[in-house]
Amino acid sequence: MKVALVEYGAGNLPSVERALSRLGVESLRAASAAGLTGADAVILPGVGHFGALMRQLAAQGMIAPLQEHIARQRPFLGICLGLQALFAASDEAPDDRGLAVFSSRVAALPATAKLPHMGWNQVQRAGESRLLEGISQDEYFYFAHTYAAMGAEGASVATCDHGTRFIALLERGNLCGVQFHPEKSGSAGATLLSNFLRVAAGATS
Amino acid sequence: MTLARRIIPCLDTDGSRVVKGIQFVQLRDAGDPAELAARYNREGADELVVLDIAASRDHRPTFLETIRRVAAELAIPLTAGGGVAKLDDGRAILRAGADKVTVNTAAIRRPELLSEMAAEFGAQAVILAIDARRRGDHWEAYVRGGHDPTGIDAIAWAKEGVSRGAGEILLTSMDRDGTRSGFDCELTAAVSDVVSVPVIASGGADTPDDFLEVFEEGHADAALAASIFHDNLQGFAMLKRYLAERGVPMRVSA
Repeated sequence: MKVALVEYGAGNLPSVERALSRLGVESLRAASAAGLTGADAVILPGVGHFGALMRQLAAQGMIAPLQEHIARQRPFLGICLGLQALFAASDEAPDDRGLAVFSSRVAALPATAKLPHMGWNQVQRAGESRLLEGISQDEYFYFAHTYAAMGAEGASVATCDHGTRFIALLERGNLCGVQFHPEKSGSAGATLLSNFLRVAAGATS
Repeated sequence: MTLARRIIPCLDTDGSRVVKGIQFVQLRDAGDPAELAARYNREGADELVVLDIAASRDHRPTFLETIRRVAAELAIPLTAGGGVAKLDDGRAILRAGADKVTVNTAAIRRPELLSEMAAEFGAQAVILAIDARRRGDHWEAYVRGGHDPTGIDAIAWAKEGVSRGAGEILLTSMDRDGTRSGFDCELTAAVSDVVSVPVIASGGADTPDDFLEVFEEGHADAALAASIFHDNLQGFAMLKRYLAERGVPMRVSA
């Protein structure tokens, strides 16, 4: 199975690589459309600024190829900013357009709680989740973000609460996204990544 | 459902080895950073901080290599810092595998550095480290590893640092550092209550009750300690269970 990690300068790429490597999967870095060719699964890791990410993906010619990968229902996992990139836009960068798989907008968490939302918080699933299989309800994952998605049409979600309830995880077929960092979330994070790899393997076989 | 308070072990290094000191002096060797990091990762630490307290320019590559070795052992977030003077230093630290970078002296000298770092790395990756010492009815910020007083009020500086882009504050009480006499809860609350970002309390940790106190009375979002963890005087599982039983939100699953 070929797992491509989108490389655009995000700081967490090496830790995602290491986390996959501990699960016995050697991933490839993809910095252009060519790097995505033949990928069974694509992971978009992300930290930083929504606008900077989208502009960098555009500069690398990767917007349309990523949209196509997702439209063909190939396995995809967006991490943190990589989840937010699935939406049409973000209040963090009102002039930049996202991958627009979901039509809604990413918004800032309310300032009633301390921001950034930084640290370990609990994730609650409402229904079935392939990514959360074998992980207990209310398990802790590591978050570090200020913006979040509040709704994703057609996706089943798990939520977290920090000032308001927001999307911590979404799944729609083989399309997956997590607002937290599984690569920084200890053994629960490793289980989640291994679940994604199983989803991806199922889709390729 | 609440955000858990964090317990963060800190590795003070001379670039390559973990060292211990009292109130920033009298250093002695306390082990290999990667070995300690692996142990703390396994035992349930919520995050790890590694600092270069010697921070001389010529051995910077050694410290970056230490960050790489430490990051390779972790499945939890890593913060690194010490001697960060410019944007490039921060970039090198993040590229070496840290998730967040701390900045102290250079930010006081040129506060715009915080905004520049936040713009490039995101505020969540920028930690303003403040070393504060009590001066009568207020606290003064010190720089250069606690050597130089600045005349700057630590609370006012914390507020300004956040307005300029710091996403978190690492607040060390120089009066308590290395003394094992408990965190300075008054200082911690004074900062935590006026900033919108999380505050990590540091300096003085000894007993589980010290941690309870800094979360309850100091309003800390995280508590950092070094020697009590290195010397095995305090284990994470026991400490976290103790705090959870007393109502502090803790990640105890690990």
